[in-house]
Amino acid sequence: MRHIISVLMENEPGALSRVVGLFSQRNYNIDSLTVAPTEDESLSRLTLTTRGDNARIEQITKHLNKIVDVVKLVDLTEGAHIERELMLIKVKASGAHRAEVKRTVDIFRGQVVDLTGNVFTIQLTGAGEKLDAFILTLGDNVVLEVARTGVSGVSRGEKTLAL
Amino acid sequence: MEQLSGGEMLIRALHDEGVEIIFGYPGGAVLHIYDAIFRQDKVEHILVRHEQAATHAADGYARSTGKAGVILVTSGPGATNAITGIATAYMDSIPIVVISGQVESRMIGSDGFQETDMVGVSRPVVKHSFMVRNAADIPLIVKKAFHIATTGRPGPVVIDVPKDATDPKIKLPYEYPAEIKLRSYQVPGKGHTGQIKKAVEALLSAKRPMIYTGGGVIQGNGSEQLIKLTQKLGFPITNTLMGLGAYPASNKQFLGMLGMHGTYEANMAMHYCDVLLGIGVRFDDRVTNSDASKFCPDAIILHIDIDPASISKVVPADVPIVGAVAPVLDEMMDLINNSANKVDKQALEIWWKQIGQWRDKACLAVTPSGDGTIKPQQVVQAVFEITKGEAYVSSDVGQHQMFAAQYYGFDKPRRWLNSGGLGTMGYGFPAAIGAQFAYPDAVCVCITGEGSFMMNQQELATCMQYKLPIKIVCLNNRALGMVKQWQDMQYGGRHSHSTYAESLPDFAKLVEAYGHVGIKIEKYGELNDKMKEAFALKDNLVFVDVLVDPDEHVYPMAVKGGAMKDMFLSKSERT
Repeated sequence: MRHIISVLMENEPGALSRVVGLFSQRNYNIDSLTVAPTEDESLSRLTLTTRGDNARIEQITKHLNKIVDVVKLVDLTEGAHIERELMLIKVKASGAHRAEVKRTVDIFRGQVVDLTGNVFTIQLTGAGEKLDAFILTLGDNVVLEVARTGVSGVSRGEKTLAL
Repeated sequence: MEQLSGGEMLIRALHDEGVEIIFGYPGGAVLHIYDAIFRQDKVEHILVRHEQAATHAADGYARSTGKAGVILVTSGPGATNAITGIATAYMDSIPIVVISGQVESRMIGSDGFQETDMVGVSRPVVKHSFMVRNAADIPLIVKKAFHIATTGRPGPVVIDVPKDATDPKIKLPYEYPAEIKLRSYQVPGKGHTGQIKKAVEALLSAKRPMIYTGGGVIQGNGSEQLIKLTQKLGFPITNTLMGLGAYPASNKQFLGMLGMHGTYEANMAMHYCDVLLGIGVRFDDRVTNSDASKFCPDAIILHIDIDPASISKVVPADVPIVGAVAPVLDEMMDLINNSANKVDKQALEIWWKQIGQWRDKACLAVTPSGDGTIKPQQVVQAVFEITKGEAYVSSDVGQHQMFAAQYYGFDKPRRWLNSGGLGTMGYGFPAAIGAQFAYPDAVCVCITGEGSFMMNQQELATCMQYKLPIKIVCLNNRALGMVKQWQDMQYGGRHSHSTYAESLPDFAKLVEAYGHVGIKIEKYGELNDKMKEAFALKDNLVFVDVLVDPDEHVYPMAVKGGAMKDMFLSKSERT
């Protein structure tokens, strides 16, 4: 099963490599990874998506917690949560096809953020599945480049991942 | 406030941390630090002959004392040579602090001379690591390093120090922090009382109980509590290879070591028990065998460990207890004393009767060869008798290691030093050096094989320099015995690259070249006398080269893919 794990860690050099290294060292997979400083500049927040049965996810969270730089973590998928991912996608479209692309962008509530010649750059935000669906709808022959941020997320309501 | 350079701060901080001895090897990046060492007399530095040996010596010091071992190596090759020793300590949860030199900060990343990314290279085998970015941070970093290395589940910590951070021309105010608090690092203490209660009730309702303990009891200084609890309950107990000595081997409740080369009675009792109390163990594959699903099929598993990640990693625990061994066992003892339930004495008696029948098999009985050929087991027995079981014994890895574990009965913790997790050949001799420095008047023995010994034999020079009277007992079978045993059992006897009899040195002459004493023993008839002669030389390092039966195998041996009850008991008998 897919899990989204958010980690608050010391904003120190080497901290990220310890987290990433753990995954390769213990043969856990990472589907996506995103990391940035938080409002408290001594902390970074890292969010990753991984897969595994309950026993495996338990081991992953335990080992993450053992990393000295890791202050706190939460498995967002354990409860109600909101997840978002941002994608910039470059699409080639000319003639009648341009209108088709524009319509698809509207349906998915994306935005065209740049247009250069026949190349559209589209920004789309949503859960991972929505971004997948958008790429699928456009079709391989028009997509030039895809840049996705990886999943970020928070728990719903009062529950927070903070000190 | 006192003004010190970075190099001086480092050594001063070690002293303030209570460090008396460090093992190391100098080089360009650490010259400022070595100069600071030269100009003080509080911290003693021991010069080894290879950085790997420095780490093993510090590790042996740590295992035998419970204090952190400290290592100082230079950048590049000095640092990478230390890696095997760091990994050895990591796998066995041994507290060591490794200070490695680094090229100057401005050179980092330039592929400078003797540059290596030590923090990166060591990352998978350390508990934590630090890179010194400012000399002013050194006292705090040292404090943190020792705190992390020695608390919780102990482990190695690396401090990588760029040369410019130790510059003797730059003096900074020095103050060693009295206390340290890390928001991201909490040490488990007492266990959860509710969980301990559940475990106690399970133990008191057991018909066929078994206690299985490991290195965690030794690292957690819980031996005293373990003995009290085990004797109060009257339950059978087994130790892992790493846990030997936590419970006295001479006590009748002790069934011997368990696992791949464990005793018949220990492995049988494990398989058939109905309640298993695992303490400071990690259900390693050398215990559970390759198929953990066949492990203790009827047992309720109670597992005490300080590391939550060790719990339910291999075998799911029915009652997990996260906490330090000593306080958890103390609480367990209180709860047992106050419980309305009592041990089921009748069931226990039947269980002991069954265990007695397994014991009657005498799986470790040694059959003398009859023609004077020395059996390796007889050598360990002789060492045990001469040292009255009180020596600090290190071993390397292979058949001799298993014979040492099986035949040297340890009655006290921290007497048995061996690389259980990583299985590092070359560990034993330098580890004995560390123990001998910790206990200058004690008998320190390295039981080794000729293959393992040759991996760190350069330390003979270190022993001469510091006059260390270590006794090296080499079970010389002219082969890489354990490899050969597996080739005998699983590869049709094809001894691919496991023999080298024609090229072995004369070890007695070799050690004599270093100024030590060498004694060769070839026949059983002379074993005891010559061994006594060796141990009577109290001021010398003596290398006892014992030619043993090259065809001997270690038994019992687990049957691959089987349950714990599935063992080979000899070349011709299996369960």
